[in-house]
Order: sequence, then C-alpha cells, then structure tokens
Amino acid sequence: MSARDRILGRIRAAQGKAPVASPQERAVVASYIGARAPGPCPSLDWDPAVRFRERVLALSSTYEDVGAIEDAPRAVAHYLRGQALPLTAVCWPELSSLPWQEAGLVVETRAARGDDLVGITGAYCAIAETGTLMLLSGPHTPAAASLLPETHIAIMRADRLVGTMEDAWRLLRAESGAPPRAVNFVSGPSRTADIEQTLTLGAHGPYRVHVVLVR
Amino acid sequence: MQVTSSQFKQTARVKLTDPRLQAALRKLQGNFVKGRADRIAELDNFEDIRDAAAAVRDRALAHLDRYLEEFENNATARGAMVHWAETAADVNRIVCEIAARHGVRRIAKSKSMVTEECGLNDALEAAGYEVVETDLGEYILQLAREHPSHIVAPVVHKSRDEVSDLFAAKHGQPRKSDIAELTREARLMLRPRFLAADMGVTGANFLIAETGSTLIVTNEGNGRMVTTLPRVHVAITGIEKVVPTLEDIATLMRLLPRHGTGQSVTNYISVTTGARGRDETDGPEHFHIVLVDAGRTGLLGTDLQPMLRCIRCGACMNHCPVYQSIGGHAYGWVYPGPMGSVLTPSYAGLENALDLPHAATLCNQCGVVCPVKIPLPELLRKLREQQFERRLRPAAERMGLALWGRIAQRPALYAFAARIAAKILAWIGGREKLVHSLPFAGGWTGGRDLPAPEGRTFRDLYARRGATREESGEIK
Ligand code: SF4
Repeated sequence: MSARDRILGRIRAAQGKAPVASPQERAVVASYIGARAPGPCPSLDWDPAVRFRERVLALSSTYEDVGAIEDAPRAVAHYLRGQALPLTAVCWPELSSLPWQEAGLVVETRAARGDDLVGITGAYCAIAETGTLMLLSGPHTPAAASLLPETHIAIMRADRLVGTMEDAWRLLRAESGAPPRAVNFVSGPSRTADIEQTLTLGAHGPYRVHVVLVR
Repeated sequence: MQVTSSQFKQTARVKLTDPRLQAALRKLQGNFVKGRADRIAELDNFEDIRDAAAAVRDRALAHLDRYLEEFENNATARGAMVHWAETAADVNRIVCEIAARHGVRRIAKSKSMVTEECGLNDALEAAGYEVVETDLGEYILQLAREHPSHIVAPVVHKSRDEVSDLFAAKHGQPRKSDIAELTREARLMLRPRFLAADMGVTGANFLIAETGSTLIVTNEGNGRMVTTLPRVHVAITGIEKVVPTLEDIATLMRLLPRHGTGQSVTNYISVTTGARGRDETDGPEHFHIVLVDAGRTGLLGTDLQPMLRCIRCGACMNHCPVYQSIGGHAYGWVYPGPMGSVLTPSYAGLENALDLPHAATLCNQCGVVCPVKIPLPELLRKLREQQFERRLRPAAERMGLALWGRIAQRPALYAFAARIAAKILAWIGGREKLVHSLPFAGGWTGGRDLPAPEGRTFRDLYARRGATREESGEIK
C-alpha cells in the first residue's frame, strides 16, 4: 500500500466512511466544483474606473490615463524622465510593436535579467475592488518582466477592468478555460514589514509600480 | 523542529521580563490588531463572508479525500508530480530525493511553516545542499540560527539593532541602522542567490482542487522569484489546505490578508499550475507538490476537526493576551498562540505540551477574531479534558479536582465547605484583607495577592436575595 493510499484510507476511516467513495459522494463533490458558485461579495457601489485608480494609489503605485495605446510609450518616457530613471527597458513581446523608439526609449523584448532596471508589461485584466493587476504567464507575457526590474510599468486597456476576483476568474475561464502556468495578482510595489513592523517598499521585487490605463 | 513546549513556564517567565521583546509585542498590537479592525470595516457584509469562508473550509474537510484526489488528478494532468508524505521524516526524504533526481545543488526557499515542522532545512543541509531562506524575516532567522516567533511576522521578537549587528557580522559590510538600508542590503545579498538557485521550495496557502493549482500569498516577491526562476519548484503543504474552486479562493482572499497583516490585499497572490509550457521563457521545468499528513488525519472526525479549517493568518495570536505578554518562543514549537496551543499537543503529542492548553485565559478574543470561526477556547478545553482523562495532570491537581467534584455534587456540603473556606481566607487576610500566599496556589499568589473574601458566600447572598424578592412579590 502506498503512502497515498494510507493517507486517503486514514481520512475515510477517521470520518467513519467506507474504504471506497460512493457514487453519491463523488456526485456531491463534482456538482459543487461544477457549480463554481461565487460567495458573498461586499457592496460594489462604486464606479470601477474611479475605484481602481483610488485603490492603485492607496497601494503606493502611481497611475495615469492615456487616450490610445499608441500614446503609451510617450507616457512611459515622460514618467521615467520625471523619476530620473533610465530610458532603457525590457518589455513583453506582446507590446513590442508600439512606437517606443519615437518616444526616445530603448526597449528590448527578451527574458528579463537580474540587472534590468525597468520592466514594461501589459495585464490580462485588473480588479477594481482591490486595485490589483492580473498577469498571466506565457510565451508573450513572461512573468519575470514584472518581477526582476526595480520599476514595473503596466499598460492595460480600460475595457479589461473587472469588479472582483470572481469576475476575473470568470473572464479567464470564458477566454481560455484553465489557468496558465502562473497567474500573478500584483497589488503595488513589493514590500516588507519584517523588521520592527516598519513598512519598507521594494523588498525583492519592484520598488515602484506605474499603471498606465488606456481609455 | 524539536518540541520544547515542556519548558513553557520557565521560558515564559524570562520573556515577561525582556524589555526589548515587550516593546516589540506592543507594536504588533498597534499594527496588526488595529489594521485588522480597519480593514474588516471595509466589508459591509463581513460576517456573511466569514460564514462563507468557514463553510468553504468545512466543505473541503467533509470530503477531504475526494477533493485531494480531484486536486491530484488535475495537477498531474497539467504535468505536476504529486507526492504524499505521512510524516515529517517522509517530507525530508522526498524533497532530498527530488533534489538528487534533478541534480540540484542550490536551493532557495520562501516561507513555509510546514517545512519548519519537518526541520527540512537541516535535512537538506545534512544531505549536502546549500539552502537559503529568502523571506526577509526567515533570512534573518537563518543567519541568527533562531526559530520564528510568529507565523506571519517570524522575526517580530528582534529589534532593528540586533538585525544591524547580525548583518554587519555576517555580510562583512559597514553596519547600517536604517531599516530601508538593511532591507536593501538583504535584497542585494539574495538577488544572486535567486538567480543561481536550481530549486525553489515554497509552502502553499491553498491547493485548488478544480484546477490542480497551488497558491501562495506574499508581499516581498520572494515567493514569485522561487516559483519563476529555478528550474525545479517544490511546493509543500498540509493535506487540509485544499479548497474546491477558484471562487472559494476569492472568498478566502477577502479575509486572509485583512486578518494576517491588516492589508486589504497582499502584494502578490501567485497561483501556479503545472510546469513551464513550450515556448515559455521562464518558469520551472519540473513542478513537484508534496502533500503532508504528519498528524492532520489524527484530528479528523474528532472534536478537534474544526482546527483544520485554519488558514494560518495569525490573528488569534495577535489578539491573545498571553501571546501579547510572552511572544511566540515560549510555546516551544512552530505554531504559537491559541492555534499553536491546539496544534502542538495534537501534532507533537499531548504529553509533550502539557502547559499549552492552559496557556490561555479562555477570554475568547481568539474565537471572536478567527476568520474561519474556529472555537479555539472550546478546543483548548477539550484538550484539558483529554489531559485529565489520560491522567497527564499532576496528582495534586487531579486529587484536588476530584475532591472538588465530589463536594460539588452535594449542595449542602458544598455550602458548608464554602462558608468555612471563606472564613479561613478572611482570617488569613487579616486587617489588610489580602492573602499573600496560599498552599497549593503558589503559582497564582507568586505574582499577586488574593483579595480575602468579605462577609457571606455568594450562595448565601443569592438565597437571601431570592427570599426578599419573593417576599416583595417580584418573582412568582
Ligand atoms: S486559528 Fe483562526 S485566527 Fe488563528 S491562525 Fe488559524 S485562521 Fe487565523
């Protein structure tokens, strides 16, 4: 008998069940998973765009709107200059066709390295309730670009704003069925309060997160 | 990790007089306690969400074997390898085997209390692997060769000065005293180690049956590093951590960060499913998941089963007057505070942690704040009963209680005995009306005086009052 069978056997014995699950038990579990019923949500009586912006700022990120996706590179360049940050960045392949050069930026689309200072990504969607970006891993959306650089800039379309995490899962299921290898929910720059409970931004991940919302 | 809970009283006494620890614990109350209160006020249906969260956990436990099999099927279908560990020793053996199979040398870990239970780091080091903890708090503890004193803020007992000294000694760099600079120094020391690691080891806050995914919540980003950069990822967690669906995760995520750190959301919630896909430029090539029993099945089907709902938020210890006074180390194992006082006797043996079920005032602060409504005081009382039944309490205490029990069953005798006792205590109390010491109660009177009873016993007063009321026609 394997460790697996012994553990599962102990679980069933402890709960006074027969050694093998009945069809009924299987049906109960399958129907609960199949129903994917959402739990109770708090009142969501806010405008998603307003709420999202408010939460993003509360999480110590910065935020700006642009009118069209082609305007994003200029906004990014302006932000980087304003912060006295380098105008060189690693970027998601998904966004490689934007007019970066015209905006005065040197952007490389490759896997992020440990010494990259700026990472530019998109976002699968964003959650207004908490001001959270949802990033999916994939060949064109590598996870390290939002993690290794000291500055993370996320560009996302306003029509990808959803209310809650429940909505985000629903969108993911509808569009791609199962989650990809990594789903990362990002809510602001990395932080720690391990030493004397004192909040410090920039632990192992980015020191800054700048959100550019394309209206 | 070795259990030292039998020294609870001695250690607690030392901790009570440690000014640095006392200052640190006061801060914890300010941040985590107030933070939780502020954040739950954001949810206008907080109690509904709390009920739903408890129901999610109960549902998973009620069909635990089925949800685990469902999880295993879905995880395997996505290319993960699922391992089952019956004991802590099994966990260590399995992880060492995985490391050997993939030719691993360097291992980077993010915080995991289950691996603290197993003493995994020691086992890996003994097998010749280089292991680094990467959560800032755990990294500090690894350098200092200490154990965590809190499940969320592991290094809460250490002051900035101690960290400054430690870093200066271990990193060989000029001593820094600013917290942001210390954090930066740790970042610079750890960055190359993330990049060089062959294997990442994490816990998992939850397992999601529907998708076969593991989930971790972090703030620092180290959890993301060790699940993204090394070519092997091993996630290790207890079998009780399974939940059915992604919707259930959404419910639990409204509560865990609020109760853990007073945040409405943690910086990162990372859900990992399977290994790196074709054409992906990052992510582990091999993903192993270790499901750990190590005592959990022993709680199933018993009065203590509700304890398995625990989502390891730490709120019960943050709000516990005992934890607030002595910190986490006195509890003597991985889990401190009320949840630890239930888990340590359950996982490490009731006889090895005799004082823990008593290390509580039963004030029920923990039960009130627990996001998944675990009736902690009730569970502690159950453990006290078990100790009594298994004759694990000292003979004097057992005899005393037996005697009290016998007298309490005879009301007349009880009233008589209480009257005598009140008289004697009043006599000992003398004109001061304070009892400074009592035989068999030295522990209680050692640190305070007992006010001597004055006048009649409660029963006498109650009986008289009933009589007067009846006379005045108040009660029929
Ligand atoms: S017992 Fe409740 S309050 Fe304590 S850590 Fe577990 S979930 Fe949190």
